[in-house]
Amino acid sequence: MSGTIEVKPAPPAPVVKQAVAGVRRRPTRRAAAGRSFGRHWQLYLLMVLPIAYFVIFKYVPISNAVIAFKDYSPIKGPWGSEWVGFRNFELFFQNPVFWTLVKNTFYLAAYTVLASFPIPIILAVALNEIRVGVFKKTVQLVTYAPYFISTVVVVSMTILVLSPQLGFVNDAIGLFGIPKVDFLGNPDYFRHIYVWSDVWQTTGYSAVIYLAALAGIDPALHESARIDGASRVQRIWNVDLPGIMPTAVIILILGVGNIMSIGFEKAFLLQNPLNQSNAEIIATYVYKTGLLNADFSMATAIGLFNSVVNLVLLVVVNFVAKRITGNGLWS
Amino acid sequence: MSVTLQGFRRTGRRPEESRRTAIEETRTDKIFLVGVKIMLWLALIVVAVPLIYIVANSFSSASAVSAGRVLLWPIEPSIKAYQEAFGDPLIMKGYLNSFIYAIGGTLISVTLTIAIAYPLSRKTLFGRNVVMSALIFTMLFSGGLIPTYLVVQDLGMLNTRWAMVIPSAIGVWQVIIARTFFRSTIPDELYEAATIDGASDLRFLWSIVLPLSKPVIAVIALMYAIFQWNSYFDALIYLKDPGLYPLQIVLRNVLILNTLSGSTTTTNLAQQLEQQQLANVLKYALIVISSLPVLVIYPFVARHFTKGVMVGAVKG
Repeated sequence: MSGTIEVKPAPPAPVVKQAVAGVRRRPTRRAAAGRSFGRHWQLYLLMVLPIAYFVIFKYVPISNAVIAFKDYSPIKGPWGSEWVGFRNFELFFQNPVFWTLVKNTFYLAAYTVLASFPIPIILAVALNEIRVGVFKKTVQLVTYAPYFISTVVVVSMTILVLSPQLGFVNDAIGLFGIPKVDFLGNPDYFRHIYVWSDVWQTTGYSAVIYLAALAGIDPALHESARIDGASRVQRIWNVDLPGIMPTAVIILILGVGNIMSIGFEKAFLLQNPLNQSNAEIIATYVYKTGLLNADFSMATAIGLFNSVVNLVLLVVVNFVAKRITGNGLWS
Repeated sequence: MSVTLQGFRRTGRRPEESRRTAIEETRTDKIFLVGVKIMLWLALIVVAVPLIYIVANSFSSASAVSAGRVLLWPIEPSIKAYQEAFGDPLIMKGYLNSFIYAIGGTLISVTLTIAIAYPLSRKTLFGRNVVMSALIFTMLFSGGLIPTYLVVQDLGMLNTRWAMVIPSAIGVWQVIIARTFFRSTIPDELYEAATIDGASDLRFLWSIVLPLSKPVIAVIALMYAIFQWNSYFDALIYLKDPGLYPLQIVLRNVLILNTLSGSTTTTNLAQQLEQQQLANVLKYALIVISSLPVLVIYPFVARHFTKGVMVGAVKG
């Protein structure tokens, strides 16, 4: 590319040239590429650094993932290490912890998708029903706020609020004569805590997308429905919900596609030795195997298994969604 | 999923509302509306109560907090916890580090994002679809934690400030938002006019596109800044030196692992109890302090942020 820079310091004006020459012939791909390089060399130059970023920090790691099939030795590097085939995967699948991890990850993720999919829609539809005013703005501003708080803080708040000694939740249930519960010390509560604190944090944010979709619905539809005597509920059901369907499908696909890559940070922070049996997920196990036990190959194999399952889920769900609703992530 | 923002943009209210008088609300509709309002009040309370609870506790006395007497209003108001927190060198160091990462990281991220988003927004750029697909692919599939860690290690970034700002420098989502903005607000005619006047691509970007794109630059800058401020995972895996720790790691150590820096190993029982009680309030104060920068700017940026999310939702 640097050659082009030397040769063509000033961009020509091909638009004018073409018009004058009156060339009708379809330009070949190669010619189109050449012309684009010549004309936009500055833009290509601009992209060098960002593209290098993606190559180095996204694509090199993908190629580094070969160590999942190797016995990684830090001295020999990812490509120089010995091949071991699928040994790491076999060991992982045979490990008694495998099913626990898959089950925990899947339950947690599925529960998250099921809970955090409908609630923002309900919030957005409800907000859409009331007039623009102070109340609407306040609800939006307040429900949106937790999204900006860090995971560490949300987890800390959860722990404090649920704490048997300090938290108000135990005080509140105490009023009904229920004895104090150590919520985080009991594996049975872990999933609920994880999911509902997540809903608390993200509902306001997710609702914004649906509000945008609702605002894009042709007002004429609402108008004619009103004239036909449709009630508010009927209009929500027959106008609003179909109107936001495409958006909802995309978000659901993305949610299902991410089902296995459920957040490391939060699960890790909420974990403690007492709730471990339900709280250990693939992501946290990868961290522990890889960085704490320094078993790089095994950790990469587990991570790769996770990524592949994820990608397959995404492709399948996208295919199904396209068949059923006609909407998908890609065409 | 093409979402038009017309109507909403113009007036910010649904057009039907101006004609509300045309058809009277029925009884069931009115009841339904009351139900909707009750629901929204509930949502408001559920979100707001924990937030107020934390703030109220942070401003209360240590004994009141430990006795669990605080709910929504400070009991025996005190700012002792804040004095303690601001006096702690570890916390202050974390605060400073977080600012360094947030400001430096945002500068790098925004520059790189624009550098790729603008060219990709140009329809005459050969190969832009290939590049875009390659970017989006990274959203769907990644090598994983360890392979990425190896790259950072090989680059010699482990345990340096660079590890906090470089490996997570560009977000594909932000690229999409910026690209969509450039594509939909910078008309081709403007570019043609500028080229005829002899402007090069870079010149056009610098003197025309960037000044016209302040809103989107602000949005992506805020997104990066807030993510950087809240980021914790990168620090956990890449940093070992406590002097480099951002606030979130310090917070986790104090709040979740309960490792207070309290060096006062006193044998006096009364003093120990007091120390323990103070530790409890300190947790609440720390939560407030660490969220403060974000929450202070939040009401001002929320509107722009919303727009950013919407542009993102329109999808390019």
